[in-house]
Amino acid sequence: MLVFIKSAIRFATIFLFGSTGETITEKSGHLNLGTPGIMCLGALGGCIGASLYMESLGINAEIINQTEQVAAAAANINGFAAILLCILFAMIFAGAGGLIYGFLTITLRCNQNVTGLAITTFGAGITNFFINYVDRSGFNYLAAKFTAPISGSDDWFSTIFLSHGALVYTAIVLALVVAFVFKKTRVGLNLTAIGENPATADAAGINVTGYKYTSCVLGGAIAGLGGLFYIMDYLYGSWEYAMEDLGWLAVALVIFSVWKPNWGILGSILFGAFYIMPSYVDVSFAAKELIKMVPYVATILILIFTSILNRRESQPPAALGLSYFREER
Amino acid sequence: MVAEKKKEKERLFHLVKRNDIEPWKKWIIRIASVIIAALLAGGIFAVVAKDSAAFGGFFKEMWKGSFGTQRLAYVFTSDWAILMCISLAVTPAFKMRFWNIGAEGQTLAGALGAAIILYYLGGKIVEPVVILFMFAAALFMGMLWAVIPAIFKAIWGTNETLFTLMMNYVAIQLTNFFVNLWTRGTQTTMGNLGNGTIHGILGIPYIQNAVIVAIVTIIIFIYLRYFKHGYELEVVGESQNTAKYIGINVKKVIIRTMLLSGVICGLAGFLLVGGSPTPTINAELVAGRGFTAILVSWLSKFGPLAMIFVTAFVVFLQTGAKQGSNTYHIGASSAYSDIIVGLFFLIIIASEFFLNYRIKFRKKEGK
Amino acid sequence: MDKSIALQLKNINKTFGEVVANKNVNIELYRGEILSLLGENGSGKTTLMNMISGIYFPDSGEILVDGKPVVIRSPKDAFALKIGMIHQHFKLVDVFTAADNIILGEKINLPSFKEQKKQIKEEEKDKNKQNLKLFALPFKRFSSRLKFNYLNRNRGKKIEEIAKKYGFEVDLKKKIYDMSVSEKQTVEIIKVLYRGADILILDEPTAVLTPQEIDKLFAVLRRMRDDGKSIIIITHKLNEVMAISDRVAVLRKGEHIATVKTSETNASELTNMMVGHKTELNIERSEPENPVDRLVVKELTVTNRDGIKVVNNVSFTARSGEILGIAGIAGSGQRELLEAIAGLQKTSGGDIIYYDPNKEGEEVDLMQKTPVEIRDLGVRLSFVPEDRLGMGLVGNMDLIDNMMLRSYQKGHSLFVDRKNPKELAEHIVKDLEVVTPGVKTPVRKLSGGNVQKVLVGREIAAAPTVLMAAYPVRGLDINSSYTIYHLLNQQKEKGVAVIYVGEDLDVLIELCDRILVLCAGKISGIVDGRGAKKEEIGLLMTANESGEESEGGPEKIAAAPEKTKAEKIKEMFDVATKKFIVKAAVKKKKKEVKK
Repeated sequence: MLVFIKSAIRFATIFLFGSTGETITEKSGHLNLGTPGIMCLGALGGCIGASLYMESLGINAEIINQTEQVAAAAANINGFAAILLCILFAMIFAGAGGLIYGFLTITLRCNQNVTGLAITTFGAGITNFFINYVDRSGFNYLAAKFTAPISGSDDWFSTIFLSHGALVYTAIVLALVVAFVFKKTRVGLNLTAIGENPATADAAGINVTGYKYTSCVLGGAIAGLGGLFYIMDYLYGSWEYAMEDLGWLAVALVIFSVWKPNWGILGSILFGAFYIMPSYVDVSFAAKELIKMVPYVATILILIFTSILNRRESQPPAALGLSYFREER
Repeated sequence: MVAEKKKEKERLFHLVKRNDIEPWKKWIIRIASVIIAALLAGGIFAVVAKDSAAFGGFFKEMWKGSFGTQRLAYVFTSDWAILMCISLAVTPAFKMRFWNIGAEGQTLAGALGAAIILYYLGGKIVEPVVILFMFAAALFMGMLWAVIPAIFKAIWGTNETLFTLMMNYVAIQLTNFFVNLWTRGTQTTMGNLGNGTIHGILGIPYIQNAVIVAIVTIIIFIYLRYFKHGYELEVVGESQNTAKYIGINVKKVIIRTMLLSGVICGLAGFLLVGGSPTPTINAELVAGRGFTAILVSWLSKFGPLAMIFVTAFVVFLQTGAKQGSNTYHIGASSAYSDIIVGLFFLIIIASEFFLNYRIKFRKKEGK
Repeated sequence: MDKSIALQLKNINKTFGEVVANKNVNIELYRGEILSLLGENGSGKTTLMNMISGIYFPDSGEILVDGKPVVIRSPKDAFALKIGMIHQHFKLVDVFTAADNIILGEKINLPSFKEQKKQIKEEEKDKNKQNLKLFALPFKRFSSRLKFNYLNRNRGKKIEEIAKKYGFEVDLKKKIYDMSVSEKQTVEIIKVLYRGADILILDEPTAVLTPQEIDKLFAVLRRMRDDGKSIIIITHKLNEVMAISDRVAVLRKGEHIATVKTSETNASELTNMMVGHKTELNIERSEPENPVDRLVVKELTVTNRDGIKVVNNVSFTARSGEILGIAGIAGSGQRELLEAIAGLQKTSGGDIIYYDPNKEGEEVDLMQKTPVEIRDLGVRLSFVPEDRLGMGLVGNMDLIDNMMLRSYQKGHSLFVDRKNPKELAEHIVKDLEVVTPGVKTPVRKLSGGNVQKVLVGREIAAAPTVLMAAYPVRGLDINSSYTIYHLLNQQKEKGVAVIYVGEDLDVLIELCDRILVLCAGKISGIVDGRGAKKEEIGLLMTANESGEESEGGPEKIAAAPEKTKAEKIKEMFDVATKKFIVKAAVKKKKKEVKK
């Protein structure tokens, strides 16, 4: 059971990054369906950063079979610097994806749904293609740094709260910070106003375009960390073509958490739990697939309930999906 | 006022919404964007293949990959038919400004419906009856997947984009459930379900899908252009106020239109199962075509006739890029085709801007 | 009044296309006064104020604030000059609390880092504390950059101070969507004051308020005036003008007529200035031929979402072969009334009865019927709505498809019939001289007048027995307007009961047989079109609630207005020349139409 909770929290991190980023973007009135692709881009960027770092230590495909030599070099890995470099690269790549989306939908005012889907196709394609060109030798040594727990002891408290890698805590802190910014700061207030009613925000003297760009790029960059986490932490540096589906779950989580990243923490753990539950319960293979369906069904139910209750706080931002053009009054 | 001049922040240019654009300008912009995308695609290819000759060779390979042999051409037609069918399905809904991005799930639900019938009835009763049941089940499942979000949208205004998106994954998981049930969890893809295929007409393989979809194309074209229903959904899409003014029941139109969308998606699902020489089912059967179809429909400006060519172009890009990357051994061929398709889409979407807006540069005021 | 001038407008001109919105307007506003801006609909009041608040930019002329010429290009510029406008449509974010809306977009101006450092060094003598503060300074600056409103307790205090000072009653923690209209307005005003505005412009603030709320608002405005703020209030209601303002500026058809002290004028003089002189338009008007009751509306009431009765106990009869005019200030319930009859608006009480001429006057009840049900009952009701491209027509569709809007449902065929609509479209283009490249051109590409011809043409083509037209000539040039009048008259001669909602009183008086005047959702009088005086209607339009309230008597003729006729011969002379030209053009046009 403890291991199950631990794994759920770990898996949740992928969704949490994705949904926190997507929430930032959606708050500004932009429904970015490119998030799955952007998360892929984040994974690619992280891998490139990691590969550059490993190369600097002299670990590459040519020497990977000389185990002793590699192990010696790997001992020199500076966990902090490596993780930081990976984060930086992941954010730059994913942020670039967000920027393309932003440019098309904000400046060129293209249809958001269509642009987002195109970004997903494009981002997933780029990642799945170029990931093969990245020298991923010795990533398992690096992944160990990502997953290094705060405390290795196996009492219940440590297992649930202290056994995770750095990115898990980053995700939670980030979600809390973003929730705080939304709720308690001017920046959050302005951003929410733009998503609700851009004309009013514009009239109040807020730089609408600037905010929208920032939220698209930053939202993309944060979502990209989910991709990085998936590769370097969850998969221990290997690669699987399942990124896109996880991305869609992150989009679902935004709705599930009714645009509140702090709720998203709980939501993501719930999603994570359902996603990994099949490996922990003893039911038929078929029934396991039904368990995996729960997050989607739950999201649909939330969507239905919020629309029926019609409570104003739990509605999508009013201007979600609409381009803003000042001259159009 | 002169003294205050310096205070003003003059923007270099501003945007004006276009009312009108000459057709030739429209086509120049579109063709230019396709050319730019092609140059970029070829360029990326040449760089990745580390071979400058690959720039030209790439396009040759694309052609070869789509129409090189008779078999490839048949496969091309079949792929075209499926994508075309789903694009046609989403079109009425989009024309009504109903953002149905659940075509993937609706199609898969249809395919699943057909597969269920085939699994439980196949071989037990005569084949034509099985096929008939498959057909009905596919249409019903597709319809169900589309109508549920439509009802909630019509009555409570539930956000249809997010709803239909989630329905996709419900369909995928449901498919996984049945596949696991049937294979007892040993495989993610069903083996050949056999005995229930409409494959081949008059001895020509793969052609049946294209024939059926061609008929559907004509029906949809007529439906949108000459049916009262088509007219009504267009009015609803353009202005709900006008629709109410002339007494259209907006809710009814939303549900009815999505019903049609779902049925055609279900048909696509049926073709995916029953139209294959070796009927099978798995969660990857639709392979993202539900999403690609949205882009196709949008780029064709919701016109069924333009869609024929846009679909052909997209399928050409997909299969061609795969072939090209295989020939030049640059690996991950399906990923490369994603890049090419994504690139073309992004650039063509961006070119829409120039069709809708005009950039006006501020003229120097000669005061 | 020896106060200084806060705001001065000099020779302001503004045109939209060919429509002149403001012409050589000169107005001054003093510190510590309330100036009323009075004028009919379309007289250019809002346009003028929008130029001060930075939404429009004048074509020519000068704006001076505190005697200095200024350029106002955006609302931001206006804020910087301490000018704030409260629009009719509130610019508030619904899901925010009042306080959040008030502080939205506020800029915090921090002194530079060096200055703050210097300040700390001067203030703090204790060396240790000084170092500590210096160390904390960058963090403090960063947090204020992020604009933490959580930690900034002064915010709430400052708003409360303002509210207290002027006597606003507002719950700052309440969400906007929970608020009544008057509360929303209060928030808007506080927002403007919070931003430090000294010059406030209120665009028809009383239109949406109850009498008690109006009293409260006025009390607040007076306190603000006494505090030295300058206030411009746009209104139509004369009693309010008399009650609140120090001076009144009157606009008519974009021109500034006069500015007078409220204490030195009276309601009838203001009305005369506002509506001006009767202009002869020479619209043909035939005598109604054996009018029969066609549509009877009894005690109709429509309640809107805010619970306000927008149509309140309205009763009238529309007769065949007659044009019934509906006059009233914009938003007095005209739209809701027509939509209720057309089956587009939920009603909360009353009766709508139609007498079917094709079935020997059979009674048909139209209450709570949808447009389709009304049509299925065989009622030939045509409606030209105010919002032409948003409701009456579909802008992106061509003429043929727009013709089909009315006719496509006929018959049981699954297919639409484009042949008849095409003929109809061509017919309308030819008969009404619609300027269009062809019948396959999207309607939105046509000019306003042509759009209206298409719409009216379609509605008339349905051979209606009742024709309702809301502001059919708004935004149209003179020739197009006359075409529309002519069409309405033709319908009347055919025995159709025409209901015409208009804003130009001259037109109403010359075109209509009877004129119903609406004021705040109630009928304030029904007058005979032939004998009506402009001033009389003007007074009825602006009548206050307690004044001339009709007690439900449908045909009660309002009390005769004051008989003062301030003849201004000079002005007549001015317009006479203009009219002459117009008349000549019109007559020529009409001859052509007849042929």
